[in-house]
Amino acid sequence: MASIQLDKIGKSFGAIDTIREIDLAIGDGEFVCLLGPSGCGKTTTLRMIAGLEQPTRGSIRIGGRDVTHAQPKDRNVGMVFQDYALYPHMTIADNIAYPLKVRGVAESQRREKTREIADVLHIGELLDRLPAQISGGQQQRTSLARALVHPADAFLFDEPLSNLDARMRVEARAFLYHLQRSRGMTAVYVTHDQAEAMALSTRIAVMCAGDIVQYAPPLEIYRRPATTFVAGFVGDPPMNLIAAQATRSDRGIALRGAGLGMSPLASWPALDRALDHGDRVTVGVRPEHLRIAAGDDASNEMRGKLYANEAMGPESLVTLCLDDGVRVTARLFGDAPVRVDGEVAFSFDAAQITLFDARGMRIAGPGETPST
Amino acid sequence: MSSLRGANVSSRTGAAFMTPAALLIGLFVVFPFFWIIAVSFSNRSLLGANALHPQFVGLKNYLDLFDPATFWSQGGFGPSLWLTIQFVVLSALCGQVLLGLVLAWISRELSPRAKSLLQGIVMLAWILPDVVVGFAWFAYLDRDAGTLNQLLHGLHIPAADFLIEHPFLTICVFNAWRGAAFSMMLFDAALQSIPPSYLETADVVGASSWQKLRDIVLPLIRGHIVTDLILITMWTFNVFTPFLLTAGGPSFETDILPIYTYRIAFKSFEFGKGAAIGVIVMLINLAFSLVYLRLAQRGLRAGRKT
Amino acid sequence: MNRRTLLSRVVFSVCAALLGAAFALPLIWFVFAPFNAHADLDLAFPAPPTLVNFARVFANGVAVGALLNSLLQAFGTVLLVAATATLAAYALARTPLRGKHVIEYVLLLFSSVVSGSAAMVPIFLIVNALGLIDTQLAVILVFAGGLLPTAMFILRDFIASIPRGYEESALVAGASPWRAFVDVVVPVLRPGVTIAAVWAFVQVWGGFLIPFVLLRSEQRMPASVEIYSFYSQAGTPIVPLLAAYSALYSLPVIALYWYVNRKYGFRFFGGIKS
Repeated sequence: MASIQLDKIGKSFGAIDTIREIDLAIGDGEFVCLLGPSGCGKTTTLRMIAGLEQPTRGSIRIGGRDVTHAQPKDRNVGMVFQDYALYPHMTIADNIAYPLKVRGVAESQRREKTREIADVLHIGELLDRLPAQISGGQQQRTSLARALVHPADAFLFDEPLSNLDARMRVEARAFLYHLQRSRGMTAVYVTHDQAEAMALSTRIAVMCAGDIVQYAPPLEIYRRPATTFVAGFVGDPPMNLIAAQATRSDRGIALRGAGLGMSPLASWPALDRALDHGDRVTVGVRPEHLRIAAGDDASNEMRGKLYANEAMGPESLVTLCLDDGVRVTARLFGDAPVRVDGEVAFSFDAAQITLFDARGMRIAGPGETPST
Repeated sequence: MSSLRGANVSSRTGAAFMTPAALLIGLFVVFPFFWIIAVSFSNRSLLGANALHPQFVGLKNYLDLFDPATFWSQGGFGPSLWLTIQFVVLSALCGQVLLGLVLAWISRELSPRAKSLLQGIVMLAWILPDVVVGFAWFAYLDRDAGTLNQLLHGLHIPAADFLIEHPFLTICVFNAWRGAAFSMMLFDAALQSIPPSYLETADVVGASSWQKLRDIVLPLIRGHIVTDLILITMWTFNVFTPFLLTAGGPSFETDILPIYTYRIAFKSFEFGKGAAIGVIVMLINLAFSLVYLRLAQRGLRAGRKT
Repeated sequence: MNRRTLLSRVVFSVCAALLGAAFALPLIWFVFAPFNAHADLDLAFPAPPTLVNFARVFANGVAVGALLNSLLQAFGTVLLVAATATLAAYALARTPLRGKHVIEYVLLLFSSVVSGSAAMVPIFLIVNALGLIDTQLAVILVFAGGLLPTAMFILRDFIASIPRGYEESALVAGASPWRAFVDVVVPVLRPGVTIAAVWAFVQVWGGFLIPFVLLRSEQRMPASVEIYSFYSQAGTPIVPLLAAYSALYSLPVIALYWYVNRKYGFRFFGGIKS
């Protein structure tokens, strides 16, 4: 296993920058997810690490070795493709053994290693079949076996679970977690599914329009999303984002928005600085931090018309529609039915909100030491 | 996204992969096209001084072809060109395309077994090698014993030596017979691409078979018909197979352009003149190809596959 | 079924029968003659059917030699076309070559323009300049050049339908681009190569004009030219022999069409005959 460093990597097609300038350091044994919507450059980044695509600028190192211009075969990585890319004319055994075969490993040893990894992945009894004769989940594990059979420096995953159905996906996810953690593999994993990224990663790199917007451990990203984009992308349902206007007064800073009412906040340096960029801010509240307001006592509340009331079993999702059409969802734990109708108000604790400035950047909280 | 993805073979490897094919195509397809133009301005022949050191003669070969004094003379360029046009109109447009359409339409209404029998026979005429159908027709049309004359005899119609008495008509029928399969298959595929519900709707309102063909089918397969017309015309314009029946005779009555070209270049060995005819033929081909490619690309852009 | 649909059924069946008969007639003689020891140009049922004509064909050195020449020319061309077209089609489908679309367009244009006897004039002169007149190699090279563009397009479409991940996973697994091509692309491409090869084989096997113009000596002539010179030259004393010979010569073509039809369907093959 080895570490991976991307240093000022960029890629352009003609005049268009698909990757602007990326720095990414992945430690030995880390599991890093590249998370973002389609077209954000996450797959291109992965393919540049694999050597399937050439960066226009910058350098890539794997295990300290500069591989920027090395051929894929000389990078010693294992890769799992979205469509598995199993060769239809080879048996499962031959598919798995292919990386060993091209490296000139002797046949007896090949068979032994294939059998070994196939047993780990529970496909030992399928070795003589052809890819067309096994199920999607088995194909997925076969492609995993092919990537793992040779001791690579790093493993690259290109949305490997996206072709599985929902139930299989959760199962395969836990399996991947277990496999990676028990083997201490260095893994780079591309996905647009935030739940996968949260579940698997040691760190997540959230990407948007060819840039990494935030690179941090999953819970850090969840608690302190760097931008409104990250806030709206991570979490299911994602963070509620409400546009608000900040006004200074001698009682503090008042935030007002359509249907949003808050008691004035005692200002802090970061907020003061942020308001220099403009008085338009975004108030972010996680759904689980909202509750149904009891009576009129709440000082911090959002008020609107009931839009949906979905009982999921362990929790209920209650959504209301603010005056300006923005929808806000609350996650209420427990299986008790939520009785609401007509106009509804959610209340929340001011300490649990996240504020973003006019540019959409997170404003550091009052107790935080601002990071750069 | 996928179109932006880089290829996994470098340009240099790609160029290396292209090289053998490029050499062959360059030498035997592209180069001949330009070479024939050069030759058409010379007095090149097979033997004698002009074989080794052909002279530049300017437009002489072209002027000779279109010389009003000889243009319409027997065995000249004019009659051959006119014959070819008639040949294309009769055997390709009236023959193959119409026959193909009728065959495709009729076989739609047949049982699967009858359909594959009918189409199998038509296909056979198409797939057999040139010289075999040449020989088969040679026997078929024999003055004394051929199947056709035996049949006519049974119908009390006087026998005839068709290759001598009606040579042009014969090669027209021959070419229609030979090539109808292509149009049949093209139209068959086109007809199958029409959703059955369209025709069933017409059935419900009581349309006749003819009305269905005219009002629904023909407008829907118009693109296929145009494609077919162009391809068939181009192929018939260049077809050499009638040579195997008549060798252009008797007395130049079947001297269509491909045979004429062959005769000038490889019987008289007047390469310069043969090349000039070749250039004219290729320019006509070019016109057809450009129209066809234009149509095909428009079809592709519209997301429709012919 | 009402009277009108019944009537139209009958009309359709009669039309179909007449058309079928018209198409079959020129070939009926050809079905019987090879098996008739005394076949002449009249339509006669062989009594009894015999294979003696075929035995005579195989005893005839010239006839067998011509078939062998056809085989040599066809296989030579097929090998050359299959190999070079696969490589070139791969390059067309998978490399970032600039002006790829222009190349394709120009190729299509040239391959349909440079054809028939008009093209034979410069081709003859080029082959002559290369000193290859009256050689089998010339026949193979000229056929290969003419068939290549179409073969490339058939194969390019096949390659375009192969997921890129196949080669990419091979590259990441440690294979060189060439190795990935041989190990992964070529096997997956086999149906496409088969179709292109069968098509090329049929073209060369039945081809007449190219060997007719480029070859001189009888010992290099393929069966097509041989059959033509037999029946076009004075008299027809060898009709039974020639009938059997033509039947034998047609057999591979019919068999290959039948095979492709069964395996991939005619439609697929249909559009690319010419």
